[in-house]
Amino acid sequence: MDLSYNPEERAFRDEVRTFLQDHLDSRLRERVRSGQRLTKADYETWHALLNSRGWLAVTWPPEYGGTGWNAVQRHIFEEECCAAGAPRIVPFGVSMLGPVLIRFGSPAQREFYLPRILDGTDWWCQGYSEPGAGSDLASLRTRAVRDGDHYVVSGQKTWTTLGQHANRIFCLVRTATAGKPQEGISFLLIDMRSPGIEVRPIVLLDGEHEVNEVFFDNVRVPVENLVGEENAGWTYAKYLLTHERTGIAGVGFSTSALAELKRIARAQRKNGRPLADDPYFAARIARVEIDLEAMKTTNLRMIAAAAQGSAPGVESSMLKIKGTVIRQEINDLARRALGPYALPFVSEALDAGHNETAIGPDFANPLASQYFNNRKLSIYGGSNEIQKNIIAKTLGL
Amino acid sequence: MDFTHTEQRRLLEETLQRFLRDNYPMSLRHEHAAARPGFSRELWSRFAELGLVGALFREEHGGFGGAGFDLTVLFEGLGRALVVEPFLATLLGGSLLAELGTPEQRSLLAQIIEGERLVSLAHGEPQGRYELADVATTAERDATGVWKLHGSKAVVPNGDSADWLIVSARIHGEQTDPQGIGLYLVEASTEGLERRGYATVDGGHAAEITLDGVVLDESAALGAPGESFAALEKAVDQGTLALCAEALGAMQTATDITLEYLKTRKQFGVAIGGFQALQHRYVELLIEIEQVRSQLINAASSVEHHAPDRRWQLSAAKHLVGRVGRLVAEETVQLHGGIAMTWEYDLGHFAKRLVMIDHWLGDTDHHLEQCAVLGRDQPAV
Ligand SMILES: Cc1cc2nc3c(=O)[nH]c(=O)nc-3n(C[C@H](O)[C@H](O)[C@H](O)COP(=O)(O)OP(=O)(O)OC[C@H]3O[C@@H](n4cnc5c(N)ncnc54)[C@H](O)[C@@H]3O)c2cc1C
Repeated sequence: MDLSYNPEERAFRDEVRTFLQDHLDSRLRERVRSGQRLTKADYETWHALLNSRGWLAVTWPPEYGGTGWNAVQRHIFEEECCAAGAPRIVPFGVSMLGPVLIRFGSPAQREFYLPRILDGTDWWCQGYSEPGAGSDLASLRTRAVRDGDHYVVSGQKTWTTLGQHANRIFCLVRTATAGKPQEGISFLLIDMRSPGIEVRPIVLLDGEHEVNEVFFDNVRVPVENLVGEENAGWTYAKYLLTHERTGIAGVGFSTSALAELKRIARAQRKNGRPLADDPYFAARIARVEIDLEAMKTTNLRMIAAAAQGSAPGVESSMLKIKGTVIRQEINDLARRALGPYALPFVSEALDAGHNETAIGPDFANPLASQYFNNRKLSIYGGSNEIQKNIIAKTLGL
Repeated sequence: MDFTHTEQRRLLEETLQRFLRDNYPMSLRHEHAAARPGFSRELWSRFAELGLVGALFREEHGGFGGAGFDLTVLFEGLGRALVVEPFLATLLGGSLLAELGTPEQRSLLAQIIEGERLVSLAHGEPQGRYELADVATTAERDATGVWKLHGSKAVVPNGDSADWLIVSARIHGEQTDPQGIGLYLVEASTEGLERRGYATVDGGHAAEITLDGVVLDESAALGAPGESFAALEKAVDQGTLALCAEALGAMQTATDITLEYLKTRKQFGVAIGGFQALQHRYVELLIEIEQVRSQLINAASSVEHHAPDRRWQLSAAKHLVGRVGRLVAEETVQLHGGIAMTWEYDLGHFAKRLVMIDHWLGDTDHHLEQCAVLGRDQPAV
């Protein structure tokens, strides 16, 4: 047993750290740290920076412009990015679609789409869920009917994260109704500017426009936009979901959120003393820190196994559950730490360039909203209940 | 033993319920919450006409209620519909006015009960967190008897629209000494008083208030200068009781909405309420809510008791509400899935209010500590 990074891994970590120190724009870093709104341009700038260093597609092999990193390197990279206050990498093109195209796409699709993901020409969004198909994704009903060398797509997707920025959407569509529901699903790449597509915003409970409904009314999609085989989309979707779930533990996010929580607890006062010195509050922090510490090693154990080639199984479901619960708990404590100053909310203060003085401590404004927003973590990417079902099933229960 | 409400309170409950059902759709609530002053003046007048503002005060003060159970019945109903009108501010400010006011000061109560004027309590301070005795705002009296106030007040409920503020300030003693705190009835337009209003996460409105040499004549002092703490505690306890009742109401609506959804939302070909994993989680909430209901009864029947007992009961209730409120909020959202994350669906707003009630008048940790300290020297019952 040896939990430490080896010399090459340490050298790699230092290289990442130095790069971020030297190149990550300090204003952007500050905006991420203070929980401000990020614009489309912010994400694009961040992607471009990583792409210039060849570090955007951490799960892709080098021949497609990826890093070819192993699981440990990816983990180190994620840790360092979070610690540096970098924005997240928008996952839909880079982390979700890319691996599917590399594995199942045609040479022409790979050649056309992969470079466009890297250079930011395309912003993808994920069209899986429908109003009637959430946990039971296979019950999806958006139809694609073959008409000559086109599919004609009609139906509705929902919860499409950042679809308002996207010019393309990858969709699961129904191409057959006979047999098991899973057997009639295909994976289609759709240009959002096609006639017949309408994107409508969904405002979340924190007042933010983060997700959308996407309506398809007889949208014509060229058949060459089918990924892999017709009616085999479920296999690709499952492959993609496994990718969605790696890194799902969110160790990097939790680690930086915990550090932030400790800063807040030191800055806040209770009876004239730092809140961090209050035994009860300190115990609350310690408890979540213990959970995180243990989970970090669970995560590393899984990463080490993955680096040796074993496919993520129930461990990824365990990490999804534990990881989201820990992040949510840290968010809860951050809100709690503010006392009455969790209450004020000035939406405009989340925008860059807002320069009125803060109400209460300057870190306070976004924290309650973040707590509410991150309730999504245990709902999406396969809800925590569904993850438990998955685990139970593998046990033969 | 009798756990039924009086005829009069049942009437109050019905009146309120009917009024809210007919006049208080969630869309309207959002509309009013989003614009200044964060609620509807018109609805406030109508609440007043129905005697619902009067239910906050005892008859001797021109009201129709004012007892613990009047408050719980009223606020539970308000919580069920997520009412944003300034009932809490009115209760906090108004009950101090009723308790300590001179006949002349009390004459303001009539206008408050009629819904014409608003009062709030400007007590909490930026450094004070939930500590009731932490008052750094100063009040100094010069030789002619004129008072001068300096300091800052934090997160004053509806402080941006109140016509009158009851401001606490330190006359003597250390910053956290319960002795030496004075209360002042201050017109919001008084020179030197600045307000910065804002919306709160849970749909309400509050204000930061700075007092920069606010000059007040002797008649502004409310109660005996320096001896206001007991009355302040009592008013805050009433506010705490009200918040607990409001939370109970919100918990009920949140679970009602969830039950309906569990029965109607289908996945995998069946209603999701058919999954035992979800059934148990839902039932757990109901058990906890009954605990809250019981402790609320304990608290409501203790509001006329002396301080240590009353305070313990109130803190116990607020602690439980904080704990269960978070549970109900998080679980009802989770049991719904994505839909509950949207602005358009009502549940999320109940969840937000439930969680944020914990940030008003002391959170679950604060009140646990109060119970621990107050209970330490009590013999076990
Ligand atoms: C903020 C946000 C962003 C999202 N982004 C995207 C996106 O970009 N693209 C996309 O395609 N989708 C996205 N989603 C959708 C997400 O994947 C779904 O919300 C999720 O799959 C759950 O589906 P549902 O919301 O319909 O809940 P439902 O499936 O209706 O579930 C409701 C409740 O029932 C439980 N449940 C369901 N089945 C079972 C069972 N068999 N046993 C026990 N419990 C069960 C669930 O766990 C949940 O608690 C997003 C969702 C959110 C909230």
